[in-house]
Amino acid sequence: MLEIIDISKSYESMEALNQISFSVAKGEIISILGPSGCGKSTLLSIVAGLTIPDTGMIRWNGISLTSVPPHLRNFGLMFQDNALFPHRNVYGNVAFGLKQLRLDPAAIDKQVSAILNMVGMKDLANRDVLSLSGGEQQRVALARTIAPKPRLLMLDEPLGSLDRNLREQLLHELRQILTKLEQTVIYVTHDQDEAFAIADRVAIMNAGQLIQIGRPRDIYEHPVSTFVARFLGLTNILEKSIVSVDKSNGVRISEKSLIPVSQPPPKHMKNPRILVRPRGAQLSEHGTLSGILAGISFRGALVDLKIIVSNELQLKFEVPTPSLIPKVGTKIKLELPSDASIWIEDDSL
Amino acid sequence: MNIASKTIIILASFTSILSLTSCDNATSEPQDSLTLTIMTHDSFAVSEEVISSFQEQHNVKVNILNSGDASTTVNLAILNKSEPLADVIYGIDNTLLTRALDNDILEKYESPNAYDLEKEFLLDTQQRVTPINYGDVCLNYDKSYFNANDIEIPDSLQSLTNPDYANLLVVQNPAASSPGLAFLLATIGHFGQEQYLDYWLDLKNNGVKIVENWETAYYTEFSGSSGKGNYPLVVSYASSPPAEVIFATEPIEEAPTGSIVADETCFRQIEFVGILNGTSNRMLSEAWIDFMISKPFQEDIPMQMFMFPVNTEAELPLEFIEHAQLANNPSIVSPEDIDTHRENWIKSWSALMLN
Amino acid sequence: MWQATLSTILTLAIGLPGAYLLAHYNFWGKSILRAITAIPFVLPTVVVAASFTSTLGPNGWINRTLITWLDLETAPIILNHTLWAILIAHVFYNTTIILRLVGDYWTLMDPKMIKAARCLGATQFRAFLGITLPLLTPAIVSAALLVFIFNFTSFGVILILGGPIFSTLEVAIYRQTINFFDLEMAALLSVIQLICTLGLTILYARLSRKTHRPLQTNRLPSIRRQQLNWKKRISIVIVITILIIVLVVPLITLAFSSVYKFEPDRGERENISTGFTLNYYHELFVNRRNSIFFVTPIETILFSFRNAVITTLSALAIGLPATWMLTRKTRLTQLLEPILMLPLGTSAVTLGLGLLLVFSRTPFNMRTSSLLVPLAHTLVAFPFVIRSLLPSWTIINPQLRKAAAMLGANPIQIWREIDLPIIGRAILVAGAFAFTISIGEFGATILLSRPEFTTVPMAIYRYLSLPGALNYGQAMALSTILMIFCGTSIFCIEAIRPNAISEF
Repeated sequence: MLEIIDISKSYESMEALNQISFSVAKGEIISILGPSGCGKSTLLSIVAGLTIPDTGMIRWNGISLTSVPPHLRNFGLMFQDNALFPHRNVYGNVAFGLKQLRLDPAAIDKQVSAILNMVGMKDLANRDVLSLSGGEQQRVALARTIAPKPRLLMLDEPLGSLDRNLREQLLHELRQILTKLEQTVIYVTHDQDEAFAIADRVAIMNAGQLIQIGRPRDIYEHPVSTFVARFLGLTNILEKSIVSVDKSNGVRISEKSLIPVSQPPPKHMKNPRILVRPRGAQLSEHGTLSGILAGISFRGALVDLKIIVSNELQLKFEVPTPSLIPKVGTKIKLELPSDASIWIEDDSL
Repeated sequence: MNIASKTIIILASFTSILSLTSCDNATSEPQDSLTLTIMTHDSFAVSEEVISSFQEQHNVKVNILNSGDASTTVNLAILNKSEPLADVIYGIDNTLLTRALDNDILEKYESPNAYDLEKEFLLDTQQRVTPINYGDVCLNYDKSYFNANDIEIPDSLQSLTNPDYANLLVVQNPAASSPGLAFLLATIGHFGQEQYLDYWLDLKNNGVKIVENWETAYYTEFSGSSGKGNYPLVVSYASSPPAEVIFATEPIEEAPTGSIVADETCFRQIEFVGILNGTSNRMLSEAWIDFMISKPFQEDIPMQMFMFPVNTEAELPLEFIEHAQLANNPSIVSPEDIDTHRENWIKSWSALMLN
Repeated sequence: MWQATLSTILTLAIGLPGAYLLAHYNFWGKSILRAITAIPFVLPTVVVAASFTSTLGPNGWINRTLITWLDLETAPIILNHTLWAILIAHVFYNTTIILRLVGDYWTLMDPKMIKAARCLGATQFRAFLGITLPLLTPAIVSAALLVFIFNFTSFGVILILGGPIFSTLEVAIYRQTINFFDLEMAALLSVIQLICTLGLTILYARLSRKTHRPLQTNRLPSIRRQQLNWKKRISIVIVITILIIVLVVPLITLAFSSVYKFEPDRGERENISTGFTLNYYHELFVNRRNSIFFVTPIETILFSFRNAVITTLSALAIGLPATWMLTRKTRLTQLLEPILMLPLGTSAVTLGLGLLLVFSRTPFNMRTSSLLVPLAHTLVAFPFVIRSLLPSWTIINPQLRKAAAMLGANPIQIWREIDLPIIGRAILVAGAFAFTISIGEFGATILLSRPEFTTVPMAIYRYLSLPGALNYGQAMALSTILMIFCGTSIFCIEAIRPNAISEF
């Protein structure tokens, strides 16, 4: 088990990491999700031992790694743009880590071909790495990183530079490989789809802070803050549009629109905001939310609706496709389930 | 500021500096006076007023063309025989004389001013060259070392193989240095072609140090100079002790070094001037040679080039009279012999000493 | 041969940590240190030899201090004319080549390579051997080639410090030409020398084709100010100290000599008259002998500076397109590359003689032109310019240029936006080389220059060609001025830094 305890790090006057703590269980895939520059890569670098934190420590199975240099940690790190060694071929790159273990050449041969086989590159062992395509380079980088059987595998935006189709395909393969290896993984990305698809748990970071950590579904259902919500694409956040509070039913955001939410907001929140989840709403004559349809996009069983509720407020919902699709510009009413809205903290200040 | 404007500023400042320091004034000479070009080695020097008097008298601009050391100067003259670089060549010494004469680069001229020169200076029977100055290459010693250690100053070449003088002498490589070659010639003149190598073997066994050039020998290895080396005996010139007095930091009475001028320990270098074959300024060239042998130029020689004038009428500066000694009987090797055997001698010497 | 190997290893052992330091860290006085490392290049060999002797010689200050402190009979350090002296001289001269050529290439290397190796279980040492060294090979080979050919052909200081036993082919050629006037032999030797140079260069070109890889760095070099732990601090201090001992102490000794009285003693050995004086500087401005060739130090410096500026500009003007051509790998350029290195294989003296012969005859008669000197310097500097530019230029990922072209950039814009920022540092290094070579060049200058226009090294030699404490002191004073002048110039050259590669 990896424990990250109270890690802080600053460069010059800029704070890169602020008291980060979490742990990763054996065999768990944890994804660190955050916008670029949030400190993700620095954190990986600290876990790898390449960067020394200002405070805090990293422990593995309860033993502090503070004085263990990177090459003795047996942690694998796959870099954002692969960092393949340009002077070695595919084989040479993958064998590099195994050679450091001073295995005999036959054993290295065997392992390298097994791993290249696993990543689907066995025919390209003698190729110059610079002649490979982006996806192939990515596979070699992965093979190189997992070859020495690291206790912990860290992947820094491994699919970042690839096109979408390739990314989805590789993501799928990656998950299969990692699951098969029962590998403990930290997977850094800025793409929530990727994070949610691969991770057992997701840690969301912003500006050097760990904002929220949990299972993908929990995070999606219960984002702790407006940052998390927005980062996950949940944009229905009510800020200044609350007209009045209706103690039993929720808040009124315009004369004709009521949003059901528990009252009062939780006490620990300093700047409570209401997040309206887009799912679960239904078009209905009896709906409590009314507005003008500003946009509609058809997605099969569901349609995405964009509704102008008041001058300042536009909300997005996904609803089951009705038999008669309303036209843009018409007035519609939506019925929201009672748990559609939750209170979240506004941390954008 | 972006890079482009930086570059422009830098280029502009460079250009302005270039125009400030542009020194092609050879082309801006007034065209009404003639130009006489003298090709010399790089040790040539003359004082301002002496050369101006010549320029004024003959209404001529003297153009000095430096051409490296003496050998290079002669070689260049030979290589450009068909299209001479200059009117006059100065700096041919007795080790190079035969090369210059055999290659037929000089025109005959007998200066009227050269009538009563010592016979030893008149080495070309056909008067194609005129001697101007001479100097002795000889051993210099560090006076304080010999005083402090109470050792006799060596009085012959042979005595240098004496154990008393073990590890005291530094000489130059004759293949690279002109005083080095001169000293080798002194040993050849004294011991003869058959024996000089035996002598050098003895020197080698007695710890002689060989360096590449005079500057290193004198300033880095010799203990009597400012460089404070470790060797109290060095091959240098008879004019070095007076130079030490003239160029002392603070005025001094006595030279810190002395020259050894015992019989057949020195080699006399004689420097000549000649008119280059094919000059278009024959009259002026003759005038220049007359001028070089005349008293004003001859008296200028010691302080400018640290050599001795061949003209006996020329008076020596005080420092030379007090501190310089000349050899009465220098070791002699004829220019023809030097030219014939030089390569062989140097090669045999190198084979013996540098392995 | 083993001596060359040994000195190469020693130079690398001192130069590489220095190169790393200069490439990756910012510290106080870094630009000054960089500028100082260029100085050995310009100093006349005789002066360097003198300064080494007065530092490490039997009567040098280190030995004399040790004798006094430890109450010894004889000097404890005897370095003259031993292998050590040659090694030290090599290090003194060659470290700057390593520092510059390798150091600047190093900044282009992706630091992730090393991190990746470390995470794969490589110790620092193995990561260095397995990754850094192979990746730096092009620059190291480039530097080594320069050093080797340079030593092979002409390196006066080896001769002076090592003694005539260590003579080179170059010296043989010089002797054949000058002493024996055996031009056929000299020509034969020159051809042998040229063939050797050619062979070496072809070998190098082969090697470099094998080792050159785009360093996969699409990013520009940056220097991260790192939080330093005490271990790093100590090693930085050690590296700087070694650099200072090797490069700076001899220079300081030299500067010290120029303000210290050197009257050789006349009586007892111990009574050397001592004391500080500015006499030598003062004396530089006095035309004692009323010689027509007297030039003030300001005039010589201006003349040297003018030559250096012309040389730098013209060497870059020719070197940039030539290197650009070499980066396109065609059959023609493979043929051309060794040929462009030939000036290195020719000694300055041979070069000077050749130029003199060509330009003394019609139709090129410009024997009296003062442009002849910078022309010769340009030829000497040219291979250095190419060697400085080529490694950085070759690693530019061709994708970048294509990408820029696709974005609508014309070739000039591509050059300005892509090539220039990446090789900007290399251009500065090349310019600094050309500048220093011009300032320091002596062999060809003495043949081509006119006595009225004296370069600083020529003036120094002129003082050193006569005995006397004053001459010695003036030579030292002028050398010190040369040192300061050159250091300042390099400092300024390197202060022009294209914005794109600024270090914060």
